[in-house]
This record gives sequence, C-alpha cells and structure tokens, in this order.
Amino acid sequence: MNSPIEVNRTAKLFINGAFPRSESGRSFPVADANGKFIANVANATRKDARDAVVAAAAAQPKWAGASAYNRGQIVYRIAEILQGRKAQFMAELNDAGVKSAEKQVDQAINQIIWYAGWSDKLAMTVGSSNPVAGPFFNFSNPEPTGVIAIVISEKPPLLSLINQLCAAIVSGNTVVALAPQSAPLISVSFAEVLATSDLPAGVVNLLTCDSDEIAFWLASHLEVDGIDLSGVSDSELKTKLEFEAAINLKRVLRDFDDGYTAMQSWLEIKTVWHPQGL
Amino acid sequence: MKFEYAPAPESTSIVNIKSKNDLFIDNEFISSKKGSRFITINPATEEVLAEITAATDDDVDLAVTAARKAFKSWAKLAGAERAKYLFRIARIIQDRAREIAVLETLNNGKPIRESRDVDIPLVAAHFFHYAGWADKLEYAGLGSNPKPHGVVGQIIPWNFPMLMLAWKIAPALAAGNTVVLKPAETTSLTALLFAEICQQADLPPGVVNIVTGAGDTGRAIVNHPDVNKIAFTGSTEVGRFIAQSIAGTKKKLTLELGGKAANIVFDDAPLDQTIEGIVNGIFFNQGHVCCAGSRLLVQESIHDELLSLLYQRLELLRVGDPLDKNTDVGAINSAAQLVKIQELAASGEAEGANRWSSSCQLPANGFWFPPTVFTNVSQSHRIAREEIFGPVLSVLTFRTPDEAIAKANNTPYGLSAGVWTEKGSRILEVTSKLKAGVVWANTFNKFDPTSPFGGYKESGYGREGGRQGLTAYLFAGENE
Amino acid sequence: MLNNVSQLPPSLTDVSNTNANLRAFLYGLSGVDQVGADARAAMLATRSIKTSAKLKAIDLAISMIDLTTLEGADTAGKVRALCAKARRPDANEASVPPVAAVCVYGDLANIAKSALIDTQIKVAAVATAFPSGRASLKVKLLDTQEAVANGADEIDMVIDRGAFLAGRYLDVFNEIVAIKNVCGSAHLKVILETGELKTYDNVKRASWLAMLAGADFIKTSTGKVQPAATLPVTLVMLHAIRDFDALTNMRIGMKPAGGIKTTKDAIKYLVLVNETLGEQWLTPKWFRLGASSLLNNLLMQRYRMQTGRYSGADYVTLD
Repeated sequence: MNSPIEVNRTAKLFINGAFPRSESGRSFPVADANGKFIANVANATRKDARDAVVAAAAAQPKWAGASAYNRGQIVYRIAEILQGRKAQFMAELNDAGVKSAEKQVDQAINQIIWYAGWSDKLAMTVGSSNPVAGPFFNFSNPEPTGVIAIVISEKPPLLSLINQLCAAIVSGNTVVALAPQSAPLISVSFAEVLATSDLPAGVVNLLTCDSDEIAFWLASHLEVDGIDLSGVSDSELKTKLEFEAAINLKRVLRDFDDGYTAMQSWLEIKTVWHPQGL
Repeated sequence: MKFEYAPAPESTSIVNIKSKNDLFIDNEFISSKKGSRFITINPATEEVLAEITAATDDDVDLAVTAARKAFKSWAKLAGAERAKYLFRIARIIQDRAREIAVLETLNNGKPIRESRDVDIPLVAAHFFHYAGWADKLEYAGLGSNPKPHGVVGQIIPWNFPMLMLAWKIAPALAAGNTVVLKPAETTSLTALLFAEICQQADLPPGVVNIVTGAGDTGRAIVNHPDVNKIAFTGSTEVGRFIAQSIAGTKKKLTLELGGKAANIVFDDAPLDQTIEGIVNGIFFNQGHVCCAGSRLLVQESIHDELLSLLYQRLELLRVGDPLDKNTDVGAINSAAQLVKIQELAASGEAEGANRWSSSCQLPANGFWFPPTVFTNVSQSHRIAREEIFGPVLSVLTFRTPDEAIAKANNTPYGLSAGVWTEKGSRILEVTSKLKAGVVWANTFNKFDPTSPFGGYKESGYGREGGRQGLTAYLFAGENE
Repeated sequence: MLNNVSQLPPSLTDVSNTNANLRAFLYGLSGVDQVGADARAAMLATRSIKTSAKLKAIDLAISMIDLTTLEGADTAGKVRALCAKARRPDANEASVPPVAAVCVYGDLANIAKSALIDTQIKVAAVATAFPSGRASLKVKLLDTQEAVANGADEIDMVIDRGAFLAGRYLDVFNEIVAIKNVCGSAHLKVILETGELKTYDNVKRASWLAMLAGADFIKTSTGKVQPAATLPVTLVMLHAIRDFDALTNMRIGMKPAGGIKTTKDAIKYLVLVNETLGEQWLTPKWFRLGASSLLNNLLMQRYRMQTGRYSGADYVTLD
C-alpha cells in the first residue's frame, strides 16, 4: 500500500502573530543536507523588515507592561510546546545535518526554562536600592531597551535561536529576528511554536531572508533600539552593521558569550530619586 | 530696607597656576615633543590663565604605552591595596577641596558655591565609594573572577571637569584598569591638579595619565589599537562618531551623551519646592548639564500661577562673578558655547515662542547669558528638541498624565526626567513610563556615587555610579 | 468689625462658613515637600554677608528685635531693666538703634509701658493662656483684655494646637477672630507653635488659617517648645504670607521667635525675607525677631565690625 502523499508546509514569514508571504512575492528554495529540495521559503524584503519593526514596536509597551510572572509563564509555555514537537525538531535538525539533534532539542527546552525563570529575578540581580548621602529614597530598576533586531547564528541552529530570542524577550523587549539563510526552516518551525504559546502578537517577528542584506535595514532603522550581531560571520559586514547601528546609538551585542550577559545588553537601568520627609 | 549684599569674593591666592602646562605621563609632567600649546582662559573675565599642551598622536601613544605597562602590576595588585590608593586620593581631595573648587570656578565659570558645595564634595565621595569596591569585585555580579578591561581611554566634558574625571577614574582604577584621560580643552586645569594629587598619593607610575588637547587628541585615544575600552561623556554627535570609530574592534564603550529632559509638573505639585526644582533643573551650572530639566511640561491648569512664581524667583537669581560666594549663575564656559545658546534662543523667537529673560545686569567682559524662559513652545520648535546646554528653559503644557508621558518621551534623547506631584501612586506610574535613565521625583539634579547615572536611546549607554557603574569597567572571567 | 475677615476678597469670605469649607480650603493649598524646603533654606543660609552689608544687617536686626522676657520669675525690676536695654542697647554707643518692642507677660505690660512711654518702642504682651493655650475662651479673652488694658500695643496669642491637630479648624479660626475683636487697636500676632504642628503642611495651613482669621503677624513659636523658630519653617510661613498678599492685597508681618541666638542666625533670617518677600518686609513694621540673648551677640559683632577687635561678654550688659 502506498503511503498517502505528504501535505507540504508553506514556509512563510512570522510578523505580528500572522504568517504572511513576503510582500515581494519572492521565495528561495531550501534543500536538506543531502541537497534534496525541501521547501520554498518566503524571502523577506526590507519592507517586510519594516513591517516587522512596526509590529515589534507596537507590541513592546504592553509586553513590557505585563507582569514578570506573566512573561515568565509565557516563556515557559514556549518550552512546553517545543517539548510536544520534539520529534519534528529532531527531524528538521537531522535534515539540516545536525548529528546530536536530540541533545540539542533537550538543551533548547532546558534553556528556555532557564530564561523563563529569569523574568522576575533580573530586577533583583541587576537592580539595586542605593544608599545615597541625603534624605532620599533611591532605587535602580532594569527596564527593557525596546525593539531588538537579531541576526540568528547558523550554529547551533536551534540553540542559537532560542538563546538569542529569549535573552531579549524575557525582560519585555520585542524582537525582529533574521533566520540564517543556510538553515531557515528551524526558524519557520519555531515561529509556529511561538504562535501557539500565548506569546502576544508582535513580540517575536521572524523573517527568512538574505540576512546579510536585511540586517543593514534593521541596523540603520531608527525605531530599532538594539541589535544582536552575533550571527554575522563576515567581519567586514559586521563592522558595517555596527557602524550603521551607531546612527541612533543602538545597543550592540557583538558576540553572544552567555545568556546572563546577553540579557543585560537589552536592559536599561533606570534610577529613581524621591525625597524622604514628613 | 534695601538689603544689598556686599561683594564676597573667594580668594584666589589658594591656587597656583603654572603658566605653561605639560602632559602627565608615567607619573611625570613631560613636555610634548611636537605638540603645540593653546591658551586656557577664565570665561568670566576672558583673562588668560595658562598655556596647555595639545597632545599629539605620539604623546597619546606614550601615555597608552605607560598605561599598558602599569596595567600588568596594577591589575595584579591586591584589591585592598588598590583601595588604599583610592582612599588616599579621596582624602587628599578633601584636604585640598577649597583649592580645587577655586581652580574649577576660575577655569569653568561655574559659581564657587556650586564647585565648593556640590562638585568637589562629590568628587571626594566618588573616590571614597569606589575605593571600597576595589577589594570586593567578586560581589559586583560578574561571577567569582571579574577582570578589568586593561587600558581605558577616557574623554570628559567641560561642564563638570573634576567631577567627570572622578566618575571616570575612580571606578576604572578600583576595577584594576589603568587610564589615559583627556579633559576638555577649555577646562584642563583641575585635571592637571589631579595629576599632582596622584603624585602626592604616590600612585604607581602609568596608572593615571592625563593628556590635554582638543578633538585630535581625543581621536588619537579612541583610535589607539592598544586601548581596550573607551568611556566618553559629551555630545551625542561625538558619541556617535566614537561608536562608529570603534565598530569592528574589540573595544568596549560606554557613552554618556546629551539630553533634553522633561520636567513634568502636575497640578498637585508642592509649588514652592517645584519652583526650586525647576530653577535647579535648568539654571544649575548655567544649564551646562546634560541631564538639565530643559523642557518644563506644566499641567495647563496651573501654568499661569507657576510661571508667575517662577519669574519672581528668577529675578532673585544672582548672576555674575563666579568667585563671589553669593553668585547663583556664573559664566558661559566659552565663546563658542555662548554663540550656540544665542543662536538657539534666536530660533525660539523666530519660531514664535515668547521669550522672557531676567533683568539681571551682565558683566561687561566674559561670556554671559541671562536666565531665560520661553513660553508658548511647541514640541516641533527647535528649542523643544535640541539640547541648548545653557540657561534657557522651554515651557510646554499638557492636560492629562498620558499626554505628559507621551510628550516627555517624544525625543531621541533619554537621559533624565523630573516628576512633581504629591500623589505617590502617580509618581510610581509616571516614573515607570518615562524612557529616561534617571528620574527625579519631587527633586532634581541630585547626584551620588552610589546612584547609577546614564541614559536611554541617544543619550548613550552604560551607567556611571554604584555597582552598575563599576561593572562597566569589568568583564566576567572564567570562574575559578 | 475690627477683624479683617470682612476685608477678604469675595472668593475667601465663604471659606470659614463651616469646618468642612475651611478644611477643604486648607487642604486645597499646595503641599510642602519637607526635603525641598529644608534644602532651599539651607542654600539661603550659605549667603555670605560681609563688610558694609553686614553692618547694615546688624543694625536692622537690632531694630527688629522683640526683646523678650517670659519667665515665671519675671518681676517689675527685671522688666524695667529690659526696657532700659531696649531703649539704649549699648551703653557706650549711642548710634545703636533701639529695638522694636519689649515682650512680656500681660500682667507686667503696664510696667513696660511706663518705662517706654516716651519712645517708639512697642509693648508686646503674650496672652491667651500662653504658652499652652489650654484654657477656656472666656479665660483667654479676659487674659487678652487685661493685657490691652495694661497698655500692650501688641498681643502675642497662641493658637489652640489641640483643636488644630484634631481637625477642628473652625474652632481655632473662631478663637482668633474673637481675640482679635478684643484687641482694640493692639496688633495681633498669632503664634502657631510650629514645634507642635510638626509638618510643614500643617505650618502652611495654620499660617493661612491665622491670616484668614485676622492675624496682623504670624509667629513661629512661644520659645517654650523645641524646636522653636527654624529657617525652613520661617520660609514656609513667608511663602504663605507672599501668597496671601498676592490673593488679598493684605500684608501680614512675620515673627520667628526662639532659638535665634547669634548674629549669623539673625542675618540668615534677614536673607530669607530678602529673597522671598523682598525689601518691603525688611522693616520692623513687618518683620520681628523674638529673642533675648541675640541682642548682646549683635552688639558684640557690631563692635567687631566697627573696631576690628573682638568684644567680650563683660563689655555688653546683662539685663
């Protein structure tokens, strides 16, 4: 008996909680590690990137305003959904030539949970109450930087994606992320995880595209407040993007060394003074 | 009875200014081989105070080399020992506080009351605070093995010359870095006095190097390949240039840049203290303050009452000789800055805002601008958007808290803000919604070494002060 | 009507109709931030008053003193000695101006009056069960009437702090109105006893209450409660006077009392007035310093300023 013909998924962009095709109507083909065609992937343009920034900026105040407990539960929910789709991600990582696929998915799930727990602890570890010399109450709180553009690293595909996204969103930032062109399908699948995990629309926007090209538009965009360049491997391009990012003094993460440092890249310390008197 | 205060000038006999000043490199004052000299003046009189060296690329290289050499042993020195040097510096600053204050006022134009009561006490406090950190770095939140970056290039502005030096040098040294610092070209004298203090403290050679000069000297520091970190306070324009210059390098960067702070006054504000806060917000240090409350956002219902009180109060400001102990507003720091203020004030009038200036008498010599208020200002006016960095207040109105927050945040800057209301829950909500790194509620322009300072958005990144200011000079090494 | 409630502008005549109205008015005044008020007063205290300005300030301060003795042990002899000092503060120096007033208990007002009969120096008498104010209105009225009958030009009354703190603002108000009514031509100074009111918000409200009720002067303290006059409390009251003047066109005088001991202290108060109400208030008609030992300190400083030498305790008279 022949197995039924498979229904292939259309690989689209993830903008503002929806899955549109590129406004340009263009796509690019993706093959597996053996060169076999898998899918045509929507090829985002600078206009798609612009739309994604609009969505991210619109979603940011409300996401930042959600309680830390609430954000923590939503990020945890991402891990729950990923756990349910473990087999799918293992298969897709295998397709992309990853040998230790199961280990990476397990690590990814653990890593998401690690970030989820940070939502209500960052204020404790990076904030402070400051004993100023005078009759004032003074405290410093971390607040999210705003809209963060992320160039996702090629390797390890799923873990990089998760680290880079979670480090930004757990504290209330929203994100426009560019999937690596060499292995975009993990991002497409992960967008589907996000879409079913209670994450409000626009908090994460994922684009498949020629990330070298689109990153430039994000680096120079004045409504983007920070940019994670750790996924840019071409050092000349990276320099150019960092240069562009300076136009509005974007916070720049050159290399993703560890999650805790990365989370702090997307935090602004706000210090509030108030007199103490009768 | 008319009660006129007799002149009460602070004596300048306490300071001893060298007519020709060298660079401070490797614990010695050395003259530049090729560098020219430029003059520095007292902006209140235009009298020449001294000649200052314009450090060349070679001089900067010499300074960086000295700092690099010193770094090896300074970073290795036990934290408790580094602490003792910093405590010693703090004490010497306290011992020589009046001398430093007078020199600061002479070279900067700020009132002696401010340099004496604000700047210099804060300088000593800063060294005292960070001295105590030097042997506690593993508690800074960067794991058990935090490491200094190495040689730090520091470039500071002219508005708080000695205080900005302290904000830069104290945490850098506590963390185990060595520094090459460039003071602003119009206000080098207290930095050179600080070099003498380093000698008195017997600080090891090369730990602190002071290179004087203008933009070219700064550029040489930023571009020097052996500098690991740049810390800059100054304009957003130059900050952006620095961020671009270090793109593609491994250099770390913290920037404390411009601002256009909203000072929001609600109808239930404590009015008399609010007036003081507004005055302190924009006329402290002649408005040469990056976090100045330069945009006054007043709830429409109290606009007239507040403005009438404000005008009365501003007429009492004593503008004039910065060395007079009763002076409230001193001289504009330079001719160039005065031109910039005049140009922006003229644009305010041209764009249709109403100008009010204090009727105070301005001295004949020196650079002066009277305390000025613009009313009927719109968000689109240049004086509501651009940093004036002078004693000029732009007044706008709002009707509801949401409108106040929206207008306050409607700027590319995000350094500071003020909120005036007697309602506690409103303070907490408004302060949490303001995109600014420092928010003063029912006060303004307060500073403390334990309190992190720095901006959102185009006001820069990184913090100075407190634990957060210390971590800007450290990174997490491998845990031991 | 002798009290000036009737002279208030129409917007203020209803304020004292009911306790609720009065409370609503007082609580509608903008608040006072303690830290901000303290900081402003401290900043003004750094004013450096030297040379000619200092000499002028010393004479001005002397001319503003309500030279005070308010002891259980006061006698006719003590009051006469004080009056002699008031007329000619410095036995060796005729150029020293006389003080503004002599302040005594009401039963000794006649002694002071006869000792000062040929001078411009006023006789001020404390009344209304000074210093606690804990007596019936009947007693307070009688106390006041007797002081006036004894020749007092000025009555220094105390407010009922208990009633104020209990929220019975109208009772406090009505009592001031009643006392004002029996003062006749005597000026009424209303003592708030700010050391018992504690908060600056209370000081501001009590100042307004007293001014609305007809006070000619508002005064910080009896001198019997610590803290007595302080710079920030005085600043808050001066601001209230400024605002009351702006609203009503009625000028009210100010008298800090108690704890003002040195020339430096006195000059700080003059600076405070100068930089809030301005020169119009810098006259004994509108500003007084309630003090006793201050006078000798001013005289010693005056000597220092004029001769360049420091004076000694035995070169000024103990009275």
